[in-house]
Formats: sequence, structure tokens, C-alpha cells
Amino acid sequence: MASYSTNEFKAGLKVMLDNDPCAIIENEFVKPGKGQAFNRVKIRNLKTGRVIERTFKSGESLDGADVVDVEMQYLYNDGEFRHFMVPDTFEQYQCDEKAVGEASKWLKDQDSCTVTLWNDAPLSVTPANFVELAITETDPGVRGDTSGGGGKPAKLETGAVVRVPLFVQQGEVIKVDTRTGEYISRVKE
Amino acid sequence: MPKSWRPACSIELMRLRARMLYDIRHFFSKKDVLEVETPVLGFSSGTDPQLDFFTTEYGLPPQQHRLFLQTSPEFAMKRLLAAGSGSIYQICKAFRNGESGRFHNPEFTMLEWYRIGFTLPQLMDETAELIGLLFKGHRTLDTAQRFSYQELFQRFTELDPLAFSYQDYCAYALANHTPEAVSICGYDHALWLDFIFSHKIQPQLGENALCMVYDYPACQSSLARINAGNSLVSDRVEVFINGIELGNGYYELTDATEQGRRFDEEIGIRQQRKQPVAVKDKHLIAALEAGLPECSGMAIGLDRLLILLSDSASIQEVLNFPLHRA
Repeated sequence: MASYSTNEFKAGLKVMLDNDPCAIIENEFVKPGKGQAFNRVKIRNLKTGRVIERTFKSGESLDGADVVDVEMQYLYNDGEFRHFMVPDTFEQYQCDEKAVGEASKWLKDQDSCTVTLWNDAPLSVTPANFVELAITETDPGVRGDTSGGGGKPAKLETGAVVRVPLFVQQGEVIKVDTRTGEYISRVKE
Repeated sequence: MPKSWRPACSIELMRLRARMLYDIRHFFSKKDVLEVETPVLGFSSGTDPQLDFFTTEYGLPPQQHRLFLQTSPEFAMKRLLAAGSGSIYQICKAFRNGESGRFHNPEFTMLEWYRIGFTLPQLMDETAELIGLLFKGHRTLDTAQRFSYQELFQRFTELDPLAFSYQDYCAYALANHTPEAVSICGYDHALWLDFIFSHKIQPQLGENALCMVYDYPACQSSLARINAGNSLVSDRVEVFINGIELGNGYYELTDATEQGRRFDEEIGIRQQRKQPVAVKDKHLIAALEAGLPECSGMAIGLDRLLILLSDSASIQEVLNFPLHRA
């Protein structure tokens, strides 16, 4: 893998730091007029998701990380692993719960999602920004309420719980923004 | 086609720049400080290991000479002072290789002035006066602040910047979420000061006010004189507004021998670090030998001043053609 100097650090670049694959978020050049130049870098650890700040002496370099995002279809959960497939090549990958993480509550069989691979092994899973899921459990709403104010919890077929307006009923399919976990609308079947 | 042929800044910003230049010239003209011009291109360079210069080839067949673009007009201006120019100022371009970021463009505009007979406190008074004038009509700055480097450093970190304690500095770095400082700085006191000052102190300096920091540690004296009363500090001042470093001033070194020694020391460091070879300015040494009058000098980055005057977020927003459009 190539190595990258601090001058080449830009948002999105994947590098190895402390033996973990990381993505550069922000790179700030800091230099006192009469002093040493530094680069103050904001980095996300792709294994843990944690964002840290780290300073480098300008001109230092880091090895690149072989990290790619691949669109895949979620197939099924065998109890231990979740299985994904690249639609074009039928290439299959299995992920443990640690790699799937928070995405698990939005994953429905057959849905598309993004799997991040590090050295060809799944590192993390990102669901589509919007998913459509059926409500499996919610209190009956109050008739006539269409305002959406207040709301009530609703459990979805994947196990996620979101707040929905009072008029939304059990069995209905709704659209949810996975980035915020917020209800968007009902989906007409 | 991309729109990169267009200027990156607005017409309003160009007007603001013109107004600032006018105000500066008016300010110095009223004080009888002479505007001068010196060459941007020369046969010698600065020797400061922290500043990378640009070089170019001067072709006069069959001869070819290596020329340097100035990193600051300091040396040429001091030669004028030694030749009896009296107090002078200059607005010029300076060039620093490899410097690019939110507050750096490799080519930038500098105001530099020298006042014969001024001590550093007098120069600070004048700097506050000029900055106050330039901000008039844009924003009211709070009263200018003055701190010694040591009191500031101690207030923010409880470390003594004048006495290096490897252990204390390490403990500070670990307790303040910058453990990498330990491996970057090692036993290099000046580097530790750069690291801690630029990361932990500078961003908090001069909130809506001009903040002037004086008595820099002797190991960061650069071209300033060592303080006559305290050999641990130098007669150097740095000025900040809203955490942005705006400029740097010295009670100028007039001792030719000491200047020659610092040049050689810096050239030695450059060799050790395998940096491009610097050519020391013999004319400057000769000028100091002939006699530089006692004086103080200040350099201000005018593009950064414009960032502050216009509330912009980066130097790229105040230049019509920052490097990527140049």
C-alpha cells in the first residue's frame, strides 16, 4: 500500500493509524510564523467509529489502508453471522454482529446497504439512508389525530423502535431516515 | 468548464483591501515613516530552518545564477536603515515554500516597518494604534492586551516555558490529550513550546482584541535581541487577534558578530536536517558592521488582517487568486 504525507491528507483518505484503519475527516495546517509546522488531523477509527484528533509534524506520513465501500444486498441472518452479496458478481461476505453494529436494526432481507471492506474483510455496515419497514407493534392511535404532534413508539419488523404519529397503525409500512432514526412518512402499498 | 478563472473573493473584499492599504499608507505618511521598495528576488536567502524558500534560475547565457524569492524583506530593509534611511515601511509580497492551509498561502502580502530609536513597548503602542485605526468602522475591538510569554504559558498550562522539565512537559501532554507531543518533541524544548503554544494557547488569544505577547523565550529569539535584564528571554513580540497570529516584532539585533553566529548556527541545523542549502546574506552582516541604528521592527500579514476585517474563514477567501487559481 502507498504511503501518504500530511500534505496529501484530505477528507475521506483511508490510512493506517495505531494498526487500525482510519478515515481522515479534517486536516488543519498549523504553523507559528517562526516555528515548527504541524498538521492537526481529525480522524475516524473505522473499527470503533470513534473520532480522535492527532497532531503530526508536517511532512510525516502514514500508510494507506485498503478500505473500500461496496454496495451489497443483505441476504439473511444465520444466528451467528449476517450474510451479504455483491449483486453484480454474486460474491458473498459474512459479518459478525460487531461489524454490523447499529446497522442491524435497519437491515431487512433483500435490502441494499453499504459494506465497508478492509483487506477484503467486512469492517462495518451502513444501511441505506432511507428504509421502508412494517410496524409489528404499536398502540392503537386516537381516531382523528392527523397532526403528528406527540406521537407514540412503534416497533418495526427489524426490531428498531421509532416514534410515529398517533394515526399510524400496526401493520402499516413506514419510511424511516436511518441517520436520525426518525419517521418520515407512511408508504402506500 | 470550472469557474476557476474567476477571482475567489468578492469585489467588496478587493475594495476592503484597497482601503486597508490606503489607511496604512496614510498612517505612516502622517508619522513621516518613508515607504520603500526592496528586491523580491536576490542572491541570498534567509537561513531560518523553519522557513522554506523558493528558488529560481536567472539565465544570462552563458551564465546561470540561482536566485531566491524573499521570505521577508527584513535583510534589505535593515541595509537601508544602516545606510541612514531613517524609519521606513514596506508593503510587499513574501514567499514561503510548502505553506498551505486555512491561514497560509505560499505567496502573501506583508507589511513590515522599522522605527529608529523605538523600544519594543513603543513599537507595541504603535502597533495597537495602527490596528485600532484599521478596524475602525468594521468592528470595535476591546482594549489591547499585553502579556509576557511566561505568564501566559503558566496561566494556561502551569508549566514554566523558560525552564524545560521533560517530565513536567510530558505529564502535561498526557493529561491534555496530546500524547503524540512526547514522540514529536522529545527533548527539544523549542519544539515543545511551539507544540503547546500553537495547540493549547494561541487559539484562545485575543478574543475580539489585539493580544500582544512579549518576552519570548531565548530559544525562540529568531532575529530579536536577547533581553538586557534577563538572558532567558528575548525582545520579541507576537500579535494575535481571535487566535490568529498576525505578526511578529523585534527589538532588532544590531551586533554583526552575533548575527553571523546565528546565521552559521541555522545553516548548521539546515545541513543536519538535509534542507535546501541557504546562502547567507553577506551584505546584511556588512551593514551591521557599518552600524545599524537602534530600532524595533514589526511584520504583519495583511491577508490575515483582511480575514479578520471581513470575518472570513480562510486566507483563500480574501485573495483574488489563491495558489490553486493562480
